[in-house]
Amino acid sequence: MKRLFPILAVLTALLLAYALYQALVVAPTERTMGDVQRIFYYHVPSAWTAFLLFLVNLVASIVYLVWRNPKADALAVAAAEVGVVFCTVVLVTGPIWARPVWGIWWTWDVRLTTTLVLWLIYVSYLVLRRFSDSSQTPKLAAVLAIFGALDVPLVYFSIWFFRTQHPQPVIGGGGSIDPRMLRVLLINWLAFSCFAVLVCWWRYRLERLQREVEEAHALESLLAPGGPSARSAKAKVPLGRSPQ
Amino acid sequence: MNSIKFLYAAYIATWLIHAIYLGSLVRRYSRLRQQMKELAK
Repeated sequence: MKRLFPILAVLTALLLAYALYQALVVAPTERTMGDVQRIFYYHVPSAWTAFLLFLVNLVASIVYLVWRNPKADALAVAAAEVGVVFCTVVLVTGPIWARPVWGIWWTWDVRLTTTLVLWLIYVSYLVLRRFSDSSQTPKLAAVLAIFGALDVPLVYFSIWFFRTQHPQPVIGGGGSIDPRMLRVLLINWLAFSCFAVLVCWWRYRLERLQREVEEAHALESLLAPGGPSARSAKAKVPLGRSPQ
Repeated sequence: MNSIKFLYAAYIATWLIHAIYLGSLVRRYSRLRQQMKELAK
């Protein structure tokens, strides 16, 4: 696995460079918006990737709640954190596109507002994970993740069910797109998805390593002079296995 | 409409966000490696 990671990282970097070239050079220029429409090749794949990561977070949270699997809990944290990064990209690139096209940076439109709420929910999830020391934290966070995931379909389908300023979906929902633009969009989505999988994988390993170090620290403090005896400490805190 | 500067701003912002996050992961990883070394002593 350790040897596979750098190879996949290089391949992903090449794919991202190719996708950037496709977005900036190969994709045709949109007639009404001009070059600013090319933001779409980063904005939309980032949104889809964020949704995918929040889905991974949901599944991992359910697995944790049902089987109390710590690996699933670590994966849930990793997916939520990387998902928030992609969602941040969506919330930053959207207004940069809106300013020249709509003439405003932001409007309290259904799509925009539900996306902001989605981001806030997952930021709350990460804050809970970061600052709560309770043994119930993973369970509470998993429940929050399930409620947070309910906002994902709301974000996606908001432009189908409500009158909104946001452009209609390009795939399904009555929207249309030039096939050359669709190809570039899908290449960018593939590149961002590969990048997200790699970053999520790295973050997952980091999470497991962190837990192992915390367990070792707890064991060390129990074995310290004045602490409980070595035998009882070993019985209470089992040393975690390697994250690999 | 001078849209090209918005296009560059969006692409630069995207990679800046990812770079900041990757940088934070590298920092966290090196801090953990340091802690592991101290624990091994």
